Amino acid sequence: MTSETGIGASVKRKEDARFITGAGHYTDDINQPGQLYAVFVRSMYPRAEIRSIDVSSALAMEGVMAAYTGADLAADGIGDLPCGWMVKSKDGSDMIQPPHPPVAVSVVNYVGEPYAMVVAETLQAARDGAEAVTADFNEIPAVVDLASAHGADQIHEAVPGNQCYDWELGDREATDAAFASADHVTSLDIVNNRLIPNAMEPRAAVGMYEAATGNYTLYTTSQNPHLARLVLAAFVNVAAESKLRVIAPDVGGGFGSKIFVYAEETAVIWAAGKLARAIKWRADRSESFLADAHGRDHRTRAELALNADGTFVGLRVKTVANMGAYLSLFASSVPTYLYGTLLAGQYRTPAIYVEVQSVFTNTAPVDAYRGAGRPEATYVVERLVETAARELGKDPADIRRLNFIQPEDFPYETPVALTYDTGDYDASLKKAIELIGYDDFAERKASSEANGKKRGIGFSCYIEACGLAPSQVAISLGAGVGLFESAEVRVDVTGSVSVMTGCHSHGQGHETTFAQIVSDKLGIPFENVDVVHGDTGRSDYGLGTYGSRSLVVGGSAIVKATDKVIAKSRKIAAHMLESTEENVDFEEGTFSVTDSNQSITFPEVAFSAYVPGNYPLDELEPGLSEKAFYDPENFTYPAGAHICEVEVDPETGKVEIVNFVAVDDFGEIINPMIVAGQVHGGLAQGIGQALLEHGIYDESGQLVTGSYMDYTMPRADDMPNFVVDTTVTPCTHNPLGAKGCGEAGAIGSTAAVMNALTDALGVVDVPMPATPETVWRAMEGE
Amino acid sequence: MEISLTVNGTEHTTDVPDNSLLVEIIRERLNLTGTHVGCDTSQCGACTIHMNGRSVKSCTVLAGQADGADITTIEGIGTVDALHPMQEAFRENHALQCGFCTPGMIMSAIDLVEKGKPLDERSVREGLEGNLCRCTGYHNIVKAVLDAQDKM
Repeated sequence: MTSETGIGASVKRKEDARFITGAGHYTDDINQPGQLYAVFVRSMYPRAEIRSIDVSSALAMEGVMAAYTGADLAADGIGDLPCGWMVKSKDGSDMIQPPHPPVAVSVVNYVGEPYAMVVAETLQAARDGAEAVTADFNEIPAVVDLASAHGADQIHEAVPGNQCYDWELGDREATDAAFASADHVTSLDIVNNRLIPNAMEPRAAVGMYEAATGNYTLYTTSQNPHLARLVLAAFVNVAAESKLRVIAPDVGGGFGSKIFVYAEETAVIWAAGKLARAIKWRADRSESFLADAHGRDHRTRAELALNADGTFVGLRVKTVANMGAYLSLFASSVPTYLYGTLLAGQYRTPAIYVEVQSVFTNTAPVDAYRGAGRPEATYVVERLVETAARELGKDPADIRRLNFIQPEDFPYETPVALTYDTGDYDASLKKAIELIGYDDFAERKASSEANGKKRGIGFSCYIEACGLAPSQVAISLGAGVGLFESAEVRVDVTGSVSVMTGCHSHGQGHETTFAQIVSDKLGIPFENVDVVHGDTGRSDYGLGTYGSRSLVVGGSAIVKATDKVIAKSRKIAAHMLESTEENVDFEEGTFSVTDSNQSITFPEVAFSAYVPGNYPLDELEPGLSEKAFYDPENFTYPAGAHICEVEVDPETGKVEIVNFVAVDDFGEIINPMIVAGQVHGGLAQGIGQALLEHGIYDESGQLVTGSYMDYTMPRADDMPNFVVDTTVTPCTHNPLGAKGCGEAGAIGSTAAVMNALTDALGVVDVPMPATPETVWRAMEGE
Repeated sequence: MEISLTVNGTEHTTDVPDNSLLVEIIRERLNLTGTHVGCDTSQCGACTIHMNGRSVKSCTVLAGQADGADITTIEGIGTVDALHPMQEAFRENHALQCGFCTPGMIMSAIDLVEKGKPLDERSVREGLEGNLCRCTGYHNIVKAVLDAQDKM
């Protein structure tokens, strides 16, 4: 049984039956009796003072039930949207968090910022009502350019110089000394392009309020409903936590963008209370482009100091990170604790120093997007390493091997505050080199050249830190929340099992993976295990899904709870078998007395727990349901080697990925099919960043790439077939030995593509995304 | 205006606003919520259905244009117990993750195969370029369509 559905098996997913038949329940599929519809009125100005807003015409329209402004929410005690991570500047001062009302009150600071909401009987009436809202604005020139934002016209009264914080990590003196005595320094100016996450399901919310009980229910497109509830209760003051139930049903992708608590969900649940009616809102895609948190957007000066033999002696990085107009929920942590800490990469670089200045601009807020800081760090390190190899005439694989942290070095303490537990970086690189046929690359290059094409190969050996933890360390560094995960393993009377998790699946397949773990450990059929997630009314407080944490943190909590179930079951079994705990073995769902033929099955034990006739009630409570909260000791450290081979048409500048190999070490794997799928999707997003995607604001602050006509999403014919494989060094500090796989593809791939492209063109750098025009210009030396 | 259309084998006559879109009728009036709305520019393909046997993006068709049409949605091609070969191939090949693009992707893929031209990897990629997926990187979707082609 377990061989086909247990840990390590590519079990087909439980969730697929509903998705392939159109029976999924996404938020926009949910309708309530008497439901109203909300539409938001959004700023067309990048920056303006609001002189007045007039909703009277809207209110006079047929079907319009209400029209609210930011002042209405504020008057009702609705608080600002908070940022959950306090980062400190070099001088020890706290970052500056400007006011962020959910609905703008006196100023608007980016195109798309909501300043009014119209609620009506039908969607069309709400749209018409929104059209009828008028406002008088005093437009102010916007601050758009990231490079010059510091010191430009001040956006927020509370934020001098538009600087949120100026953060540092590492040993500046030691790093400067390493540079002073180095044989060679490789330098790059790097722009990490702004991306727009674009989960295929637009954000949506259905808010409900029951006057008789005072209970609120919010269906919403969230990756972490408990966190949404906490923020809406404790910070935004919508309702007491116990009076607010947040349900994230089927959610159509997140990639980070659905972690955050946004204006619209907040206003919808508040207005549902005001009107005591269900209210539905769904973003149009245009609204998603304008008002979902964007990702990346760094400008960096990066330098790597080396000895003549290629040994890395120092790394110095100075980054300006764009926060957008306001601090989104975890914005501050992304370019600091999820970026600077990763700059050691897979290497023994002894001295590292990083400075990050985060600034505000009149653009949409920027926050975590798949990888969140780690793709940016990997891009810096791996572009530098490849460039250094070229400058020193070294093979890109050799220079990496020379500098790899070796298997015997673990646990390895980096100069940037992390302790890697395990890894074998050369094992992944070796396998990737074999799979891509590196030895034959010269022949393929010659053959491309014979066909008038330029061919290049690029490496990227990335590391990531997943399962953000432990809570106490993170809290001491400014995190406003714990980072554990909850689990409950509830055994039914007949021995079937419900597993409640605080994680949330929005494509990751937890209903399958988590069921595999529990069925394997309890020795019961996979079909008899159901995973429940996404509902604050059904599972204990948990942190949801982000940062490749679900298996390593949530899965570990499930293991702990399952172990408690087994421990109690063993006591019950010992009683029923008239033996002692020590003499009872448990294997494949059966308890048996050592060296005897006496045995009892898990469902029989479960039945006895609920029908406690033959049961030690003097020692044990009846029932069989156990909870666990798991707080990791450390991050996990997935790592791998990605190698990309591109062919460029010099006539058109078009880049084709002709070979892509990803070899990743995710530690132990529960479902290889799901893991490969996660890698594929991540690769597409990383390749998308390299070649296609770019969120562009023009000089005035208008979003130029505000639709699928303008923002180039990766399509099927843009993508290659991927070759993915794995190596395994188990994580040493969680019970599954797992490291997490959700973001690796997006973290490793971008640098591999750009290293391949610069190799093909024989240039130092090409800006991302490397569109045909950009590539053609690079070839022309522009 | 009053329109009559056959959806998944059942005839419906309904009064609709002149400016309503076919996808709105399918989702809101007929409660067939498997057909999704993922964009507002006819670019993502999440709303793809079959109209008179050919795949169309139902966000780009006025309800009035569907008067008299024979419509098939994701709910009409198979059931959990009797899946269409394309549905089966999507499950077998892990060609879906969050599932949001999946109904549109399956409807497009069925039409692509039913057009009858033998498909290879390249032509599947080109044939599905009107449907966006953010989760799978398309790798397993392409595998699934090639797999289904042999079984349809």
